[in-house]
Amino acid sequence: MSSAKLVAESGKILDVASKDAPLTVRGLTVSYGNKPAVFSVDASIPAGSMTAIIGPNGAGKSTFLKGALGVVPRLSGEVRIFGKLFEDARDRVAYVPQRASVDWDFPARVIDVVLMGLYGSVGLFRLWQARHREQAMECLKRVGMSDFAERQIGQLSGGQQQRVFLARALAQNAEFYLLDEPFAGVDAATERAIVSVLKELKSEGRTVVCVHHDLSTVAEYFDRVLLINVRRIAEGPVETTFTAENLQETYGGRLAATHIDELHLA
Amino acid sequence: MGFGDYFISALFLQAGYNSALVAIGAGLLGLSAGSAGAFIFLRKRALVSDAISHATLPGVGLAFIIMVAFGSDGRWLPGLILGSAISSAIGLLMVEWITRKTRLTEDAAIGAVLSVFFGFGIVLLTVIQTMSSGRQAGLENFLLGSTAGMLISEATTIAVAGAMAAGFVFLLRRPMTLVAFDPEYAATTGVNVRNIDLAMMGLALIVTVIGLKIVGLILIVALLIIPPVAARFWTNQVGKMIGIAAVIGGLSGYVGAVLSAAHAALPTGPIIVLVAFGFFMISALFSPLRGGLASALRHQRFQRRVHRRQGLLSLARREPIYDGLTIRILRRAGMIRADGVATARGRIAAEKAARDEARWAMARRMLPDDSTIERYDGLTPIERMMTPDQIAEIDRMIQNAQTTQGAKA
Repeated sequence: MSSAKLVAESGKILDVASKDAPLTVRGLTVSYGNKPAVFSVDASIPAGSMTAIIGPNGAGKSTFLKGALGVVPRLSGEVRIFGKLFEDARDRVAYVPQRASVDWDFPARVIDVVLMGLYGSVGLFRLWQARHREQAMECLKRVGMSDFAERQIGQLSGGQQQRVFLARALAQNAEFYLLDEPFAGVDAATERAIVSVLKELKSEGRTVVCVHHDLSTVAEYFDRVLLINVRRIAEGPVETTFTAENLQETYGGRLAATHIDELHLA
Repeated sequence: MGFGDYFISALFLQAGYNSALVAIGAGLLGLSAGSAGAFIFLRKRALVSDAISHATLPGVGLAFIIMVAFGSDGRWLPGLILGSAISSAIGLLMVEWITRKTRLTEDAAIGAVLSVFFGFGIVLLTVIQTMSSGRQAGLENFLLGSTAGMLISEATTIAVAGAMAAGFVFLLRRPMTLVAFDPEYAATTGVNVRNIDLAMMGLALIVTVIGLKIVGLILIVALLIIPPVAARFWTNQVGKMIGIAAVIGGLSGYVGAVLSAAHAALPTGPIIVLVAFGFFMISALFSPLRGGLASALRHQRFQRRVHRRQGLLSLARREPIYDGLTIRILRRAGMIRADGVATARGRIAAEKAARDEARWAMARRMLPDDSTIERYDGLTPIERMMTPDQIAEIDRMIQNAQTTQGAKA
């Protein structure tokens, strides 16, 4: 079985590793219409790791995340979050959707968006208190956006929007962060800010998974990779799994050999 | 008593108990429509509410026929409301079902449901006109609304239901905000997006059926959508927008009902909608935040600042200025003479502009990730964005850089 082989690669025993792992996926299939976008994918994300989900455009990276979180309906497959159904582990998970998935002309200030991350803890009926605001400001400070709290979100640059989304997820104070293309189309300052926050999260023992498209930064930012092209190609530590053969298999002819050479792979 | 006098006295609830109650009922209906409509507008589903309202008509007809069959005159409002609610709920679920289960998009589903239900309703109304029993007269008022001859019990029902719908909007404001802004994220935090969407449309349905009598089914969508659209001009915050939309909707309903009551021939729905449109026009033109006038002024002022800054930088670099607007702006500010040569004042301002540009360039190099630099619009005086200490520090860095360069040379 391929997953057994993988586990051997990372030097752990399957059952121990996957029992209460932040994310365990077995045979996940999601389809739009009658064409599977993700087909029978297995994955196991160990606690405290930082994993990049990599694959060509349209390979189902984002769909895999959404399927795992139940944002899009699953056709088949099993998902466990910390060994439980997602419904029972929801408050331990924070999701950062793609920036382009929302309308930024929505009537909200930056602080309002971050406060959305606290809806779960505030509840339906109670009003905001000073401490909620402080909490939200703290999260904005972590992404370097506290000066922008009162700005209308439509006035932000793409990178600033991305950082606001990250701040909203930070407000949830989760153990497991799943980000969909957090570095897509952002400026260098934003990329640095996001990476440093993600590394902070990791150093606090939290788990991070990012859909990622920039192969040149994989080894620098992440310690594990999950290679997907509709099917799972490979999963494991960057050193052993982020290899030229695996990339060739994931990207097929779309990744020129010269490009792979430039990545200085193991 | 003339129209004007009656209008004034009715506006202040002095024109009799009955018309006062109708006006209050219409006001509360508008209040609930404006606040519920705010979320429908933000969720970009205005046309779904149009399908819902047109889908009420067969329910009205069938309820009338059933009530007549049981021996009543068929005009009992709660019965008609119940019938319309059932048929519009069926219409809503059909739109949902078509969108989810087929490859048709929502607009196609809306078009299909709206026209089929409305057509069926018109057929039923025609059949009813030929019936020998029942009191058919006035059923057509459900199309455009009428407050003439409204019963006190009917006005009370509408007022209470309207107030309750507004209360529901308040209770559900957080999940509805989340779903309207970011449904995928909402789903991961445990919000049932489908149920919230249904609740949102359910509120539109309630507003529609209680508004049948006053506004009519053809125009109720306007009362749901115009108030939030108008409110959007005044604020950038969801909470405030809902409040403003509720107030605009409430005022439109109230003033419109009073206006139409003052003149029996005026249908109520269109008058209410026209009043709402008046609020929209005022908002679109005169709101200081997003109104057309303020935007145009802001744009013009910004353009002038850009030209002034560009002109000063050209002066500092001793380049000739060709742009007519730039020359006019500098002339008026006393920065240049008629022949284009800088005045003493112009030279000082130009030097300052050039120095500030150099300071920002240095700041960008020193602190590329600082949020002050992110906030800088390219025009604001540096003193308003940085402390004197920071500016002095930057000047020191510039001097150091110049000395090293001089040493190298």
